[in-house]
Amino acid sequence: MNIQEMILALQKHWSEQNCIIMQAYDVEKGAGTMSPMTLLRSLGPEPWNVAYVEPSRRPDDGRYGENPNRLYQHHQFQVIMKPSPDNIQELYLDSLKKLGIDPLEHDIRFVEDNWENPTLGAAGLGWEVWLDGMEITQFTYFQQIGGLEANPVAVELTYGIERLASYIQDKENVFDLEWTNGVTVKDIFFQPEFEHSTYTFEESDTDMLFQLFTMYEKEANRTMEKGLVFPSYDYVLKCSHTFNLLDARGVISVTERTGYISRIRNLARKIAKTYVAERERLGFPLLKKEEK
Amino acid sequence: MAKDVLFEIGLEELPARFIDSAQSQLAEHTQIWLKDLRLSYNKITAFSTPRRLAVLITGLAEKQETVEEEAKGPSEKIANDSEGNWSKAAIGFTRGQGKTVDDIYTKEVKGTSYIFVKKHLEGKPAAELLPGFHEIVESIQFGKNMRWAEQKLRYARPIRWLVGLYGNEIIPFKIAGVKSGNLTFGHRFLGDEITLDDPVKYQEALRENFVIADPKEREKLILEGIRQLEKQENCKVPIDQELLDEVRNLVEFPTVFEGTFEEHFLKLPQEVLITSMKEHQRYFPVKSVKGDLLPRFVGVKNGDSHAIEKVIKGNEKVIHARLSDAVFFYEEDQKKSLNHYLEKLDRVIFQEKLGTVSDKVTRVVHLTRQLTELLELDKDTAVIAERTAEISKFDLMTNMVNEFTELQGVIGEKYALNFGEDKAVAIAVREHYLPKQANGELPQTSAGAIVSIADKLDTIAGCITAGLIPTGSQDPYGLRRQTSGILRIMADRQWRISIEALLKLTHSLYPSLEAEKQSDGQTGKELQEFFTVRASYLLKEMGIEQDVIQAVLSREIGIINYSFDKAKVLSEKRNDEQFKYIQEALVRVLNLANKTDLFEVEPAYFETASEKNLYDKFHSVSVDFKAADEDKDAELALSKLGELAEYIHEFFDNNMVMAEDKRLRNNRLSLVNNIARLISDYADLSTIEWKQHF
Repeated sequence: MNIQEMILALQKHWSEQNCIIMQAYDVEKGAGTMSPMTLLRSLGPEPWNVAYVEPSRRPDDGRYGENPNRLYQHHQFQVIMKPSPDNIQELYLDSLKKLGIDPLEHDIRFVEDNWENPTLGAAGLGWEVWLDGMEITQFTYFQQIGGLEANPVAVELTYGIERLASYIQDKENVFDLEWTNGVTVKDIFFQPEFEHSTYTFEESDTDMLFQLFTMYEKEANRTMEKGLVFPSYDYVLKCSHTFNLLDARGVISVTERTGYISRIRNLARKIAKTYVAERERLGFPLLKKEEK
Repeated sequence: MAKDVLFEIGLEELPARFIDSAQSQLAEHTQIWLKDLRLSYNKITAFSTPRRLAVLITGLAEKQETVEEEAKGPSEKIANDSEGNWSKAAIGFTRGQGKTVDDIYTKEVKGTSYIFVKKHLEGKPAAELLPGFHEIVESIQFGKNMRWAEQKLRYARPIRWLVGLYGNEIIPFKIAGVKSGNLTFGHRFLGDEITLDDPVKYQEALRENFVIADPKEREKLILEGIRQLEKQENCKVPIDQELLDEVRNLVEFPTVFEGTFEEHFLKLPQEVLITSMKEHQRYFPVKSVKGDLLPRFVGVKNGDSHAIEKVIKGNEKVIHARLSDAVFFYEEDQKKSLNHYLEKLDRVIFQEKLGTVSDKVTRVVHLTRQLTELLELDKDTAVIAERTAEISKFDLMTNMVNEFTELQGVIGEKYALNFGEDKAVAIAVREHYLPKQANGELPQTSAGAIVSIADKLDTIAGCITAGLIPTGSQDPYGLRRQTSGILRIMADRQWRISIEALLKLTHSLYPSLEAEKQSDGQTGKELQEFFTVRASYLLKEMGIEQDVIQAVLSREIGIINYSFDKAKVLSEKRNDEQFKYIQEALVRVLNLANKTDLFEVEPAYFETASEKNLYDKFHSVSVDFKAADEDKDAELALSKLGELAEYIHEFFDNNMVMAEDKRLRNNRLSLVNNIARLISDYADLSTIEWKQHF
């Protein structure tokens, strides 16, 4: 099964579970969790079921396309269901069958793994799912987001697409994976991997990036004060990515580093509160729809 | 007729580390519950797997025991008013018991007459009481709880089904939206839904559906599987009990398998191979009969052996990828120099208020120097220790430690040797992280011990100065563990330096934080108290009584093994009939002392032989005591004090200390105070609750 077929199979499966199939969010981010479709929508009492592929950029993991396992940008398939369904484990295992993984021929296990992202004030409990000893999915019941208690609790599934594909296609090098008939990951991503690594480690204009960080942060604060949650959150994401670029370049000293992280965290916390307040002001529209 | 009962809690996969405790809590809580309910039974058996906790009660009585109970009321005096009628108290009591004053009878208890009524508690049917089991389910404590969906309950993992079976009837109860029934589930992939109609068939029904409900049996099956492989392959699989405990709780139906990896990976440090296998993949490493690590591993799968080759192949692929990464890191790491890593340390923060790791290393080097001076260690050791301190943290910057954090120090030793450091330095780099656990292995070399103390001392004093004092179960920097570590190393090394002298070395290490605090000496007190609490804790673990601990640590912790020895000696004497005579003498002195601050004794003022004798004996004992004290001989020092006993008794029996004559009185008080001071140099014996009286 190539990657494209995998994605289509997962989309079909979760669509059948009444998930909204979203498209990737168009701002750079380090993890699928950071998409507003997860981070913001997991907050508050409204039901929310969604699935999407999210490209995740981690500048520090860039390896010029030379490392068989590490990438500047990899892909996650993200599922959020709020409130968490009682049969979520079964739904998940069914999705593996759709990927051609027969549980009777493999050893599938749920091994305790608790997830925490201090930058987003987020934490959850759950497992990493093992397929014959390989971690293929992060399975998390959110307990806290943006410093607020999750109630009702949303469940998050994060499939590592390249990981799973390397198992399904039995390939050792991520660049050898087949994306679709006759087209490999290398064909699509080698040049961007190389160029982004070069940019990240050698060419980025750090003065400009520092300026951008400050500007983005200011704009995030300004828009938040006006109750514009989503525009504000976009600027938080931009702050986060800009910070990651600076950090990978090694130009942020240790003391500054903690400072930057706590600046982003403070923004994320404020946005979480503002988001819930805004939804409440609107009368939690999705909640009402559900009742009808 | 007695019936059997089964309760089962079906869960999403429980963390392996919670399962054993949950099973024993379930058994215990059920036992207490049935006792409180006055329901008799034959036997309670608890079961557990990652997906279920269950308890089987055989031969449960159909009804509660019916009991005749005596209820005790107020005393007869209170139960009667002045006119001989029943008082309000008496009437209230009978009403409270559902009786009338006609039921009252009186009985004497310890010389006082009380009123009583007889109560007949008719037993209720068990079926009525068993739904109360939901309280037992909710009473189980886990290390960490969560919420799910819209439920209020906090539990280790979501509850998905409940079984309550009384004979063949369902015991109805409900928890977090789940209703009890008679349906359970076998193995997630190999088993079916099972309708239970008899509690005692539970284990068998599960077995048929690929679930081994008894963790001990799963353990046995794993061990048998491993033994068989050992025989077949002529190899040795060392059993790490902790890993075995975890693995048996990661599966419902264990199947042991063996996989291999490429031989060239064996060039990696053994610890890297073992950590990859054990910690990351939960495999058992395999050794040759001679004890060399082989390129193989033993894993345990959850399920039967169908398509086991696929599972083995998958696992081999994973370990191959991990070890390939490790080789890549290992080779990359060797390309750099030691100085390269040291320079990087000033980019890593140790703790926000305590600066970078580089800053920490500077402090540890400084402390190491001071310690070697204080301990008057030889030049060679001092040089080794200082070099160790300088490079102690370099490995934190390597790819390998970045990937295998648990190998800090171990990688430091290997790499230090590769980079041409002295062997003694390399060993000490590894040892400076010891002990890693409460009862963990201690540094074997002096240099390792010194740098370990210096490193921990800096962390503890730094965090306490920065206000990061552990509270309750929160001790993110491991300050308690590290404090115990220092105390254990000092005791093990038998270094004759008091803990207070060690603490003093940290006084001026954090000038900016101290200035910020603006509380003179406060940190010193907090630090001292922190160490005293840890020292008490260690003594308590040695079985020393609280009062003895207090007696020994009241003034200072002092030289740790001397204080520990004193505690052991006193703990023994505390319960020793033979010591009574001495103890009484010493306490007689202490009881009278400290009421004045007189210490000047004038022999010319003595009036009786007994006071002169005591004075002379005190002088000779003082000399001997000080010698024993100097030698840190706790037993001898106390026995020297004991030599005073006879003279003390004589003195008190024949002299009136609080004499009318002021000069005489003060002289005697001074003598007593001097002796008391000598005794207190040993320990504060007045706090001990001497037990030989009984």
